[in-house]
Amino acid sequence: MNRVKPEKIHGTRKKPWKKELRHNWPLYVLCLPALIFVLIFAYGPMAGLVMAFQNYKPWQGITGSEWIGLDNFARIFQYEESTQAIMNTLIIAVIKIVVGIIVPIIMAILLSEIRNVGLKKSIQTLVYLPHFLSWVTVAGIMIDILGLDGGINHFLFSVFGTKPVFFLGDPAYFRPTVIISDLWKNFGFGMIVYLATITGIDPSYYEAAEIDGATRRQQIRHVTLPSMLPMIIVISTLSLGSVLDAGFDQIFNLYNPLVYSTGDIIDTYVYRSSLLNGQYGFGTAVGLFKSGISFILIVISYRIAYKLANYKIF
Amino acid sequence: MYHKSKGYKLFSIFNHILLILVALTCLLPLLHLFAQSFSSKAAVNGNLVSFWPVEFTADAYEKTFKNSNFTGSMLISIVRTVLGTLIGMFVITTAGYALSKDFRGRNALMWIFVFTMLFSGGLIPSYILVTSLGMKDTIWALVLPGAFGAYNLILIMNFFKTIPKALEEAAFIDGASFFGIFVKIFLPLSLPGLATVGLFIMVGHWNSWFDGILYMSNTTNYPLASFLQTVVVQSSAQSMALSQSEAAALSEQSIKAAQIFISTLPIILVYPFLQRYFVKGIVLGAVKE
Repeated sequence: MNRVKPEKIHGTRKKPWKKELRHNWPLYVLCLPALIFVLIFAYGPMAGLVMAFQNYKPWQGITGSEWIGLDNFARIFQYEESTQAIMNTLIIAVIKIVVGIIVPIIMAILLSEIRNVGLKKSIQTLVYLPHFLSWVTVAGIMIDILGLDGGINHFLFSVFGTKPVFFLGDPAYFRPTVIISDLWKNFGFGMIVYLATITGIDPSYYEAAEIDGATRRQQIRHVTLPSMLPMIIVISTLSLGSVLDAGFDQIFNLYNPLVYSTGDIIDTYVYRSSLLNGQYGFGTAVGLFKSGISFILIVISYRIAYKLANYKIF
Repeated sequence: MYHKSKGYKLFSIFNHILLILVALTCLLPLLHLFAQSFSSKAAVNGNLVSFWPVEFTADAYEKTFKNSNFTGSMLISIVRTVLGTLIGMFVITTAGYALSKDFRGRNALMWIFVFTMLFSGGLIPSYILVTSLGMKDTIWALVLPGAFGAYNLILIMNFFKTIPKALEEAAFIDGASFFGIFVKIFLPLSLPGLATVGLFIMVGHWNSWFDGILYMSNTTNYPLASFLQTVVVQSSAQSMALSQSEAAALSEQSIKAAQIFISTLPIILVYPFLQRYFVKGIVLGAVKE
């Protein structure tokens, strides 16, 4: 045992490439399909981003179109529509993030207080379900029940006698509708990691607290919440990266010209301005603006998550 | 014991009621859809249907399945989901297995994959790429561009990492090859992970509607979700180039309900069986170490 033999299978780093390939070639082969897909369908479009600096004309192509420098980007801030879309995106996304963190935490704590395993499992199964429905389905249901003579307005009228509310056609009601429906669809799914964290708490902490005379509320405050804190920090910091993502699928399926003023977001605006109105270069510039800012935010948020909670992506 | 305190008992009762109500709100919209789809047209139009069919009839289903646009789209969705899941799982499990090992260049490869989560070319460049590859109006436009997902890769990779190294070394000594070990040891032992990712990919394909609208110039090539998007959400039956009677038939709420309900049925059926897996999978993917 005086000399450590080089490991026979993968595991040794910094072998010369020749040796490395002889031993580990199957690993490289196995990565190949994914690599090809990524290079074509993820990195391929990144090359197309040069259109953002062009007055792109489909019939001239990327090589033939006129270069206009940063004009497209300057226009983002000149158009009222695009600045409005950016503001809407920020407002909707930030509220969604805040609500989408707080509610799952509360629900996870409440659910963990239910001792009947069967009931707990049934509730879990039901609240996870909406996450798997498509926004087309949910929008289909919402358009029906939120209409002027839909179920919700009927209910509101019979209980409170209120006038019918045009939830999806009134700029004042559109954002709350979007945020609440997003919460309904996703809170259960967001709860999963918190529930797992609570389940993982060592029961002896609770026992000790109880001996010290802590009430259940004090136990939640001094045992449950602190144990959840690292997970809460990770999820909150990572969500910083999505402040420009207000949810294309949802908005696209719910909005209409009546609510553009409060509901039009960057992604829907890109779709309309580029694919529908043919401003490819401008649309790409708006998209790149969004991706660029998001990228910076994600990098920052990963850094913070790593510093605060030792979180690594892989 | 806190169980005995009066305040806690009161809280507990409220808590049970609250959570049961919350859980019910997740079910009721689907029940409403179900009830509408089996109710008569008159009852639905008169807003008489809540959560139980009124004047029971399967008329809407008969009309839906006689509609060749619907059945054609459903077939496309089935083909797309099966094909897409197979390709997606192949790409992700192979790379996931390799990247769960330590080898030179692993970190570089990992960054190449993870970078796709952080930055993308965006809508227009992707659209132009798919179009210029000649995939427009083919099933490949729906299946290939999204085949690889970095999030799923990380999930699967973490699953593979939990498999004891000793198991693998023993197999190596017995003369098994890399590929043999992958297929005979790692895949069977990672079933929960594979089920989780499989469910995500399947649901993703089944629910995906935007790419259909983007890449299919002819509505007869639409997958089911795109078809539904135009019928249910855009409600613009005219844009579907249908005859007057067909358009009128599609705009009936009971038929819309039937169509939406049929489209969610595969998810409702598969989901309970895979649920116990995905909870484990997500927790593993999020918490790690």
